[in-house]
Amino acid sequence: MSEYRGMFKVGECAKYYNTEDAKVVHEEPKGVDIHNVHVHDAVVVGAGLAGMFAALEIKKAGYDVACLTKVFPTRSHSGAAQGGIAAALANLEEDHVEWHFFDTVKGSDYLGDQDAIELMVKEAPRIIYEYEHMGVPFSRTPDGKIMQRYFGGHVKDFGRGKPVLRACMAADRTGHVLLHTLWEQCVKHQVRFYSEFFVLSLIIKDGKCIGVTAWDLINGGIHVFQAKAVVLATGGYGRCFSITTNSHANTADGLSLAMRAGLPLEDMEFVQFHPTGLAGSGILLSEGARGEGGYLINDLGERFMKRYAPDKMELAPRDVVSRAEWSEIEAGRGIGGQQYVYLDLRHLGAEKIKERLPQVRELAMKFAGVDPIEEPVPIQPTAHYSMGGIPTDIRCRVLADGKEKWLEGLWAAGECACVSVHGANRLGTNSLLDASVHGKRAGKDVVAYLSTNPVFEVLPEDAAEPAIKEVEWVLNSNGPERPAELRKILQENMYTLCGVFRDQEKLEKMYEIIKDLQKRYKNIHIEDRGTKFNTHLMEAIELGHLLETAEVIVASALNRTESRGAHYRTDYPKRDDDNWLKHTLAWRTEEGVKFDYKPVVITRFKPEERKY
Amino acid sequence: MAEYTFRIFRYDPEKDETGRIQEYRFEPEPGWTVLDALNYIKWNLDGSLTYRRACRHGICGSCGMTINGKNGLACETQLKDLGTTVVTIEPLRGFPVIKDLVVDMEPFYDKLYAIKPYLITKTPPPTDKERLQSPEDRKKLDGKYECILCGCCTSSCPTYWADKNFLGPNALLKAARFLFDSRDEGFEERVNAIDDKHGIWRCHTIFNCVEACPKELNPTQAIVDLRKLMLRGRL
Ligand SMILES: Cc1cc2nc3c(=O)[nH]c(=O)nc-3n(C[C@H](O)[C@H](O)[C@H](O)COP(=O)(O)OP(=O)(O)OC[C@H]3O[C@@H](n4cnc5c(N)ncnc54)[C@H](O)[C@@H]3O)c2cc1C
Ligand code: SF4
Ligand code: SF4
Ligand code: FES
Repeated sequence: MSEYRGMFKVGECAKYYNTEDAKVVHEEPKGVDIHNVHVHDAVVVGAGLAGMFAALEIKKAGYDVACLTKVFPTRSHSGAAQGGIAAALANLEEDHVEWHFFDTVKGSDYLGDQDAIELMVKEAPRIIYEYEHMGVPFSRTPDGKIMQRYFGGHVKDFGRGKPVLRACMAADRTGHVLLHTLWEQCVKHQVRFYSEFFVLSLIIKDGKCIGVTAWDLINGGIHVFQAKAVVLATGGYGRCFSITTNSHANTADGLSLAMRAGLPLEDMEFVQFHPTGLAGSGILLSEGARGEGGYLINDLGERFMKRYAPDKMELAPRDVVSRAEWSEIEAGRGIGGQQYVYLDLRHLGAEKIKERLPQVRELAMKFAGVDPIEEPVPIQPTAHYSMGGIPTDIRCRVLADGKEKWLEGLWAAGECACVSVHGANRLGTNSLLDASVHGKRAGKDVVAYLSTNPVFEVLPEDAAEPAIKEVEWVLNSNGPERPAELRKILQENMYTLCGVFRDQEKLEKMYEIIKDLQKRYKNIHIEDRGTKFNTHLMEAIELGHLLETAEVIVASALNRTESRGAHYRTDYPKRDDDNWLKHTLAWRTEEGVKFDYKPVVITRFKPEERKY
Repeated sequence: MAEYTFRIFRYDPEKDETGRIQEYRFEPEPGWTVLDALNYIKWNLDGSLTYRRACRHGICGSCGMTINGKNGLACETQLKDLGTTVVTIEPLRGFPVIKDLVVDMEPFYDKLYAIKPYLITKTPPPTDKERLQSPEDRKKLDGKYECILCGCCTSSCPTYWADKNFLGPNALLKAARFLFDSRDEGFEERVNAIDDKHGIWRCHTIFNCVEACPKELNPTQAIVDLRKLMLRGRL
């Protein structure tokens, strides 16, 4: 037994690899010819909660569905969610769907569409039970029901009461268990996955979406997927910012593909920042760190929250704390004048930290190399959730004009879509719910559509032309600019100029920077010119998506001259319902970003000031 | 920090006959992980370096690799914890290499599919309610359900190197996650796959997999528990 322990001598293991196999398994490079056309009733782009729920629903109804994803399904970023998924199950105490409804409307700063919110909160309990029946290992109450915990913004009695136990949970791995269980069900029902396929474009013909093109990362080569129905579920776009809780894969692909197909995006100015991201990376430290009594400290050693929320101090809502941190940083009181402050847990003592905050400690140690028992943890606001996205109706049909006209054949769900249930600000634990409910609803609507027996449209000759052009351009690019450097400039500036605090000057500057980067992007080069597993190619194409999407975020932020929810303009610090109780629709055009608006759907709760 | 030497396994299927080690030298910043170092190389020194990554905080399971001879997640491994400034990074062994640090995980996933990795039930669930499960029964899943499918365990298993049909620690752990779930009724359907010469009886309980698992799970214990369950089931 012992002879195998301690693994190998370093560097000696090459003989255990089988590079020969690789050649046999994977065929010769295929360049960028179209050599594969696949036909499926439906194609789902993305395998997070939204994508897999949609695919499963379609497959269960007996249709042939393909799920395309650039990372293996269980590597999607839904798996990173820790806290929980909201539903008024009332497993431990009184709770009502109506209370959840109210909290979500209020949380959205009254910009959420109330018809969509009502549907979502009503479907919430059923979707949780469905997850349980699929096998999700939820934590349990003493009497064997699904365990629920508190989460910011979820309270009793239409905002008047105490916090309520509403977040269904599996320890601190809620997203992980939901994602893995959905994948297991997809395996069971034999959903056809195309893993590590990077979708490059939507195929639109006569105002109808009839398929997508994708790059096969492993083998190289462009594939055309012909379908009667296409669902976009590509997730968030936190990678527009340098400091983010999002995965490297969250690069706004779905949004810019939609824009390239002529679609508008809705409410892109609303990006939620979480106050406790590990400095440098933005990795999320849970609310618990503040909840258990952690202090926030500036360079002078002060608990600076006394200036911003003297009563609640560190326990003030996320956006208030994020803004307080940023005020300190802008005033030069970040640690050593840098863009971070300290989260100090030391006074809690080793025992309490180990017992109550093991996860926070582990994250700080593993990812920042800091043990909170001995040292304060450097933290900064981190881009966390993107409220805006591809406009859809409540059946998840993508709206070509952003208002009512469906782009036939196209649906969107999850973080890339804007229904809108989160309005100007998402409540914690509502986004896993959104992705699940709308993933399922999109799947259902696709099934309804397919049951009317639409025909496969004839693929145009040049269906893959834009995709081929893009890949060929990047593969042969030999300009002076490096994609990684352009991306860094974009992300760092987005964080400081279009972050927690915005004003006209900053945003105009940011817009100029993006325009300049877009020019420079035309002159990039990449260092990997192969066709097999070319991640440099992929990163370069993703950068194109980030640049286009960031442009719309900035333009929308510049356009909205008020402060609401997560969008805070220091030059317009008040919410302005008279002029701005409406959704932004933004089109990216050759002549810049064009705007239109649509009214917020208000059914039950009239706008009031959002106070906590 | 001091200057580090990164010795990284490179293999380009379109150019190379076989793998080679390439060296990069630079001074990393304090607090950097192995993934930060790889990103630094890719974004500043050599854009062709190829590896998988996504979440960068130890939950997606993309970045399993062999770091100074030990399997682990690049994103969770602090450089300063390696105790040396010479860092050798290689792809997970036991799987075919696609390119540089990227391996073909299909053989690994295939083993998972073999054990029917999903809850199997026959009794219909209650309508509009959850099935009940006591906290004690739920506790039996702890240490099993947290797996992130990174492959570090199966890649470290000598039995797997010798027998590519061996299900491996990961698939067996996953089987245990279902077989010990009070809600599961799939014993008969799963048993054939695991109660086999390529299944639980093949493992030599060498514990390599336990040492390799970045999530501190214990596939060996799961295998031992499964054996007990099989013996009981057979009676
Ligand atoms: C750290 C963290 C913690 C969170 N905690 C919570 C929480 O506790 N509760 C809560 O409700 N929400 C939480 N959220 C938010 C929530 O996790 C997400 O909003 C939600 O999971 C998004 O799901 P999705 O299916 O839309 O996207 P994702 O899960 O991100 O999936 C996107 C999919 O699209 C694919 N894709 C993208 N582009 C392409 C392309 N070009 N080609 C092919 N495939 C592509 C990807 O491969 C992936 O499969 C958290 C988020 C983060 C980052
Ligand atoms: S204990 Fe069994 S499964 Fe784990 S490494 Fe050893 S032989 Fe493989
Ligand atoms: S058991 Fe551990 S090492 Fe094996 S795949 Fe799961 S998380 Fe990775
Ligand atoms: S990048 Fe996700 S586990 Fe390392």
